[in-house]
Amino acid sequence: MSSETYAMNDLKTRELEAPVATAIEALGSDNGVRMRVDELSVYYGKVQAVKQVSMAIRTHKVTALIGPSGCGKSTFIRCLNRMHELTPGARVEGKVLLDEQDLYGTGVDPVDVRRRVGMVFQKPNPFPNMSVRDNVIAGFRLNGVRDRKTLDEVVEKSLRGAALWDEVKDNLQKSGASLSGGQQQRLCIARALAVNPEVLLMDEPCSALDPIATAKIEELIHELKEQVTIVIVTHNMQQAARVSDFTAFFYLGELVEFGETGKLFTAPEKRQTEDYITGRFG
Amino acid sequence: MNRHFRFRKFVEWANWVGMLCCMSVSVFFLVAILGYVLVHGASYIDWEFLTAMPVPAGETGGGIANALVGSFLVVMVASLMALPIGIGAAIFINEFPSHGFGRTVRFLAEVLTGVPSIVVGLFAYALVVVPSGGFSAFSGSVAYAFIMVPIILITAQEALRLVPDSLREASLALGIPKWRTIMGVVLPVSSRALITGAVLAISRALGEAAPMLFTAFGNSFWNVNLTKPIATVPLLIYTYATGPYDDWHQKAWAASFVLLVVVLLTSVLTRAFLRGNSNE
Amino acid sequence: MAGDEVTLETLNRALPGVKPVSARRQVVNLGDRLFYIVAKSLALLVIVLALLLVADLCRGASEAIRQFGLKFLVGTTWDPVTHQFSTLPTVIGTLVKGFIALLLAVPVSIGSAIFLTFYTPRWLRPVISYPIELLAGIPSIIFGMWALFAMVPVIRVIQIWLKAHFGWFFLFDGPAVYGVGVLSGSIILFIMITPIITAISKEILLTVPRAQIEGMLALGSTQWEAIWKVALPFSRIGLFGAVILGLGRAVGETMAVTMVGGNSFAMIHSLFDPVHSMASQIASEFSEATYSLYVSSLIYAGLVLFGITILISLMAQFLIWRISKGKLALLD
Repeated sequence: MSSETYAMNDLKTRELEAPVATAIEALGSDNGVRMRVDELSVYYGKVQAVKQVSMAIRTHKVTALIGPSGCGKSTFIRCLNRMHELTPGARVEGKVLLDEQDLYGTGVDPVDVRRRVGMVFQKPNPFPNMSVRDNVIAGFRLNGVRDRKTLDEVVEKSLRGAALWDEVKDNLQKSGASLSGGQQQRLCIARALAVNPEVLLMDEPCSALDPIATAKIEELIHELKEQVTIVIVTHNMQQAARVSDFTAFFYLGELVEFGETGKLFTAPEKRQTEDYITGRFG
Repeated sequence: MNRHFRFRKFVEWANWVGMLCCMSVSVFFLVAILGYVLVHGASYIDWEFLTAMPVPAGETGGGIANALVGSFLVVMVASLMALPIGIGAAIFINEFPSHGFGRTVRFLAEVLTGVPSIVVGLFAYALVVVPSGGFSAFSGSVAYAFIMVPIILITAQEALRLVPDSLREASLALGIPKWRTIMGVVLPVSSRALITGAVLAISRALGEAAPMLFTAFGNSFWNVNLTKPIATVPLLIYTYATGPYDDWHQKAWAASFVLLVVVLLTSVLTRAFLRGNSNE
Repeated sequence: MAGDEVTLETLNRALPGVKPVSARRQVVNLGDRLFYIVAKSLALLVIVLALLLVADLCRGASEAIRQFGLKFLVGTTWDPVTHQFSTLPTVIGTLVKGFIALLLAVPVSIGSAIFLTFYTPRWLRPVISYPIELLAGIPSIIFGMWALFAMVPVIRVIQIWLKAHFGWFFLFDGPAVYGVGVLSGSIILFIMITPIITAISKEILLTVPRAQIEGMLALGSTQWEAIWKVALPFSRIGLFGAVILGLGRAVGETMAVTMVGGNSFAMIHSLFDPVHSMASQIASEFSEATYSLYVSSLIYAGLVLFGITILISLMAQFLIWRISKGKLALLD
């Protein structure tokens, strides 16, 4: 990631627009900001799905995005690794900065972006034609890396990181699709972790899983944030409250409120937030 | 009231019988044809038939080895041309969707499956035989390739369509470039259906005689040179069947049997192959 | 850039925020770009091949077109000796054989399709339809073999009997002893196109919503009445498309018709007359065409045949596409 590929390499925190800077100072703490979103808007054709959202995602913390269906949180998270570009007709305005480098700068390859910002999806999607082992290292093998020893190390490290190693270590050659739902999702997490991303995006990772598998993954998230910054979309408020350090409430494409999870759930500032949390709509 | 009801019941029964007759007609012809070929052809098959060269007209004995090899060669060269084009175009249509262009190519392919094979032969004649000054195995391959491309394109595109988008997303989200996603994930996952389509196209080409009439043209001698005329099984069947010698007729039956076995085998195998896929 | 004060304004000027995204936008890196170009070229090649086909046919036929123009389509002389060529008899021969085949095939194939869809228990369906689909894949040369050696002798007997008893009827007033002719050609075509029409019709009938049929049955109708009043009207368009597809196949068929359709060039007036179809004429005479106008005329005939089959094919594809979005194109 040399400076030739990234357009603006010299943004400094304090020179940004005031509201964002204030927000970051308000959050205090010694933890830095890993990703910064600046006035991000997403259009599908003429429809604006995300409206000028700005937020800061802090390193080694879990940021949850909550809100009713259709509020734009899934669209928003997919902009963080440029996956929205797969939808024809999707258009983006604004900036997404990863360590002060604009992911949407000219000359920036979305492929590079996605290596640094990984993603786990709602429905587990291991590659059915590959074994467990091959699934984990898919990010390497499909990019041409062949060294056996490196790959073996990555396999063990990633599977341990996803709390799946003990369950599959004797069966690495089994097809990826032969595991249970919860195991498949942890396999997808291992696969995403294997390429060493700086940020891991999770789009409703537990909604297709049973409560036991969900609990395992929530526990995993707690451990994972030591290694990697996490942004998680969830429609389950209790999950957001359990798992995250910061929460962002989205409604109709706008970021209504953003703050520390404890504070947002007990003493929200905006009326809308309070209504959603107390279940008056959703 | 009762009489009317009985009449309707009768109509029902009569139509049932009618439908059954229609069904039986279809099945009858199938049995008749397969049976005839089996009876007349199978008995003549022996090692000599499959491995020897044809003898001069009118004599008995000899075999169709040159035609077996010729068919194989011509179809293989045709596949080398048709598979990349068909699969490549299918990949473009399915993986890089662009309003209109992809659908046009697909529609064109479907229309092309209706082109009579004799017209394809004329095309290969005008395209290859005329400029090169003579009949050749290669011109036959061109004709076969033209027949195969639409079939491969359509079956390949359907195969690719069956691959769920979630797999493509998973791969792209790992930072794998699109082309490696296609080659490393989409193609392997759809490989069964792709192979089936290719086998179907090959089997279809193996049986076509009309395009060979003025391209590969046929050859009573051994030839593996692509620039010379070459014998192919379906054309040999036609030549022998319409010839005056009984021995030729007999050989035509035996060759028909061989062709039929190949075609039926591919049909059975591809079905089993595909069904195995859906069992996973 | 370094040294300028960095404000939102200068940022927006330097990096325009609007980035329209299309499928091509994903293609930033070299590997993807190359792959895209190769794939697109192959797709374009398909179009090029189709255009090349038409162009080469026109070029090959150009000498005959210049010589005969549209009179080629209505004249009745085909004489290589005097360099006179026209195709009306073969066009008639092709169309007559095709339509008679269709006349026989439509009731049998649609009847079979109805039987398979509505009167056969689900488990039995694949058992019966599988052989029918097998029949669709048999090469035409084998149909031709069987027709020539097994069917023609039988037809000959039938023809002789018909002529003896009904020879006054114009359809049976022809050279019955040949065995090859319009009747034989039509019958083998009928046998060949029936499986195709059956297979596609079966798929189309399966798309009729069960709810509608059950609604009729609940009102007390018989199975047949439900089919006649609900299923058939519902699938009218698709069935018509399947039939048209069968016609297209019949018109373009070469080998089987060459072997048993009779190889003579004359206006037909009975079922027993031997007559070329356009395809069989090209197949039979091409190797004997010794001078360029002869060859060109045969290619002209091929162009006419191509035109007819394309028209039929377009109609059929259009009809079938409208209801099934291309899923059924494989079955021909």
